[in-house]
Amino acid sequence: MMTPKTEDELAAYVASADAPIWVQGGGTRGLEGEGAALSTASMSGIELYEPGALTIVVKAGTPVADVETALAAENQRLPFEPIDYRGLTGVMGTPTIGGVIATNNSGARRIQVGAARDFALGVRYVDGMGQIVKNGGRVMKNVTGYDLVKLMSGSWGTLGVLTEVALKVLPAPETEATVMIHGLSNAMAVEAMASALGSPYDVSGAAHSEDPAAPVTLIRVEGFEASVTYRVAQLTKQLAQFGADITCATTDSSAIWQDVNAQVCFQQKDGDIWRVSVAPSDGAQVIAAAGAEQATMDWAGGLVWLRMAPGTDLRTRLRGFKGHVTLVRGSGFPRFHPEGAGIAMLTKGLRQRFDPKGILNPGLMAA
Amino acid sequence: MEMPIPSASVLSRKARVVERLQSVLPQDAVIHDPMETRAYECDALTAYRCPPMAAVLPTTTQEVSDILRICHEEGVPVVPRGSGTSLAGGALPTADCVILGVARMNDVLETNYADRYVRVQTGRTNLSVTGAVEEDGFFYAPDPSSQLACAIAGNIAMNSGGAHCLKYGVTTNNLMGVTMVLMDGTVTEIGGAHLDAAGLDLLGLVCGSEGQLGVVTEATLRILHKPEGARPVLVGFNDNEVAGACVSDIIKAGVLPVAIEFMDRLCIETTENFAQAGYPDCNALLIIEVEGSEQEIDHQLALIVDIANRHDPVEVRESKSPEESAKIWLGRKSAFGAIGQISDYMCLDGTIPVSSLPMVLRRIGELSDAFGLQVGNVFHAGDGNMHPLILFDANKEGDLELCEQMGAEILKLCVDAGGCLTGEHGVGIEKRDLMGYQYAPADLEAQMAIKDVFDPQWLLNAAKVFPLNVTEDRRALQIAAE
Repeated sequence: MMTPKTEDELAAYVASADAPIWVQGGGTRGLEGEGAALSTASMSGIELYEPGALTIVVKAGTPVADVETALAAENQRLPFEPIDYRGLTGVMGTPTIGGVIATNNSGARRIQVGAARDFALGVRYVDGMGQIVKNGGRVMKNVTGYDLVKLMSGSWGTLGVLTEVALKVLPAPETEATVMIHGLSNAMAVEAMASALGSPYDVSGAAHSEDPAAPVTLIRVEGFEASVTYRVAQLTKQLAQFGADITCATTDSSAIWQDVNAQVCFQQKDGDIWRVSVAPSDGAQVIAAAGAEQATMDWAGGLVWLRMAPGTDLRTRLRGFKGHVTLVRGSGFPRFHPEGAGIAMLTKGLRQRFDPKGILNPGLMAA
Repeated sequence: MEMPIPSASVLSRKARVVERLQSVLPQDAVIHDPMETRAYECDALTAYRCPPMAAVLPTTTQEVSDILRICHEEGVPVVPRGSGTSLAGGALPTADCVILGVARMNDVLETNYADRYVRVQTGRTNLSVTGAVEEDGFFYAPDPSSQLACAIAGNIAMNSGGAHCLKYGVTTNNLMGVTMVLMDGTVTEIGGAHLDAAGLDLLGLVCGSEGQLGVVTEATLRILHKPEGARPVLVGFNDNEVAGACVSDIIKAGVLPVAIEFMDRLCIETTENFAQAGYPDCNALLIIEVEGSEQEIDHQLALIVDIANRHDPVEVRESKSPEESAKIWLGRKSAFGAIGQISDYMCLDGTIPVSSLPMVLRRIGELSDAFGLQVGNVFHAGDGNMHPLILFDANKEGDLELCEQMGAEILKLCVDAGGCLTGEHGVGIEKRDLMGYQYAPADLEAQMAIKDVFDPQWLLNAAKVFPLNVTEDRRALQIAAE
């Protein structure tokens, strides 16, 4: 495992490389790649943190936990709630902030505040020719030139190796609570979640678990105590039409969402894990069409997690839906959703320009 | 500002190009009479003007595709145009170009409250997107101050912001999908009603690419339910630095206002004379707005007032009614108009880290003295997006040039402070030649490589964003392609 300690060292290595490099952060996705492994883990540390400006600049290999600890000390947090995949993939390792941005890893709060890419303000990276490139900066509003920060977010190391990211952070709320509606069908849950998100009550999470014994729909609000109490009451009133059995979790709300984000209900269970991104109102139909062993919905139905019998071709079953399907755990199918011809041509063109030697994670994304 | 020399070859083929465009468009959608093309000679950066060779006003994606295919085949440069409100010259024509205006494409194609989006043709104005959904309690969040006039197409091209982006983000954070036509006429769909587009984030790349990668004809935009209410508090200070510290303390305290606006003495006095909003006599003024139910608003304003009172304010004025709110916003909203009444001005758009605010304001004051030009400061303080207004006299020989020089110095100062040249207006032609100050050659090369992929012959809005000497070889391709 190659673990460069500096950006320059990394740049020199990539410049001289003529064979595939398997770029990773903490390697917690359980992926197997082609080529010599390279981790950014040794480029670690917080470069700058200005709580009053809601910005933090971090070297790519910094453990996510270190970033979260530093933010928590100032009562702030990563707004997009990155998912810890270790429980699902069964892989050890330490998730890095570079890995989070490179995979645009966003959790339940994505439905309210946006994805990881929406909080990435600046990047530094080494492209496939070994050149050091920067884009964006450390300010919240920046339209100076093209937004390569977005392009690099979610590019899975195929366009360059991230060395540093600047992020927008937000204040941590005083408290949170979760309205729980019990006993809804998937279809009713989708309606209830749409109703909650279509309200003025600033819902920061909307998920549903179809556990046949006890299905539960979760609606989270966060903020100042009095405000949370008020909004819980309003939502409970508004959602009464969907089911009489409504409770509210307060002290255990945060633990509930940790489990939602880590998909704890799928852990230690056999089968392929798929992740489906669709319009939220399609969530229940996706589950019906998939014929899964187990399913959950997040993002108000817009993100469906499915545990399938190994080797099931889910993409064929979901052909009628607009969106995309990712294989998170399992084999036998492309991990990333195949692209249409027009997009594929642009993607290929970009990869050729950023990595003309074709050495950066050549097997990843829709290649 | 220098613009490329128009291609004699393209100009000599005007009749043929016009004829081909007329073959795919209704008669009144192709404008080629030199008297009429004048209407497209500039955008809101009115100091620079150049009538285009022709202008076309399509109504469908298919027509846009036909136009671009023909221009591509003929090697004719194309400058896309929304409503022409760019302050950066983003829609400034070249004499050999075809202006592709989307103003006639303003339909709402789909409204979906369950999935909270609206799909529109991109010629629709920003405010009329909200207009299409507000009866049902929803709104489209990005609110550039030109929102009455500016088109979604231009918002996407420039990744426009607004006063409320501290909470709601800018265009790129509220854009879910686009239908985009590439220069060769290919129609591409990116994203849609689902939350994350698959593959590389081409949507994020297209947003803010200043019309250089393709022409976006349709957009899927996120809509949100309106908050129950909103109210501002006005706080006056005798010192810019203290006002800056107050902003920082509010944010650190965990309150997230939807807007924090700042005005300095020149702006306060000028707007007061103009609009009589009843602002206090002070050196710096903050307008801080919060949202929620009545009790939530009360709670947040109380926290803010408490913090403000620790910073020795001249006055703290909490709005208690819609009338008082309107009065507080009146001055801020008329600031540009008020300054325009007393002088010509140039509006800058650099962003700085909020912590550098006192230093940057001090340096701007020094530059103002050195250049002998007055500067008013009005800006979005929560996110560090400054709008220094440099006052000059357009009728005085050399004053515009002096003003531009001073503007460049201020923007360099923003970059030096850890910020950037433009926060929400875009580079256009205005900041083009300063790009090398913010970005190293490799940084610019990476950006230009993207244009190479989307528009290999550099026909789309090619004289913008990058310094002309840097793009010279690439723009030569369009000539070679003829």
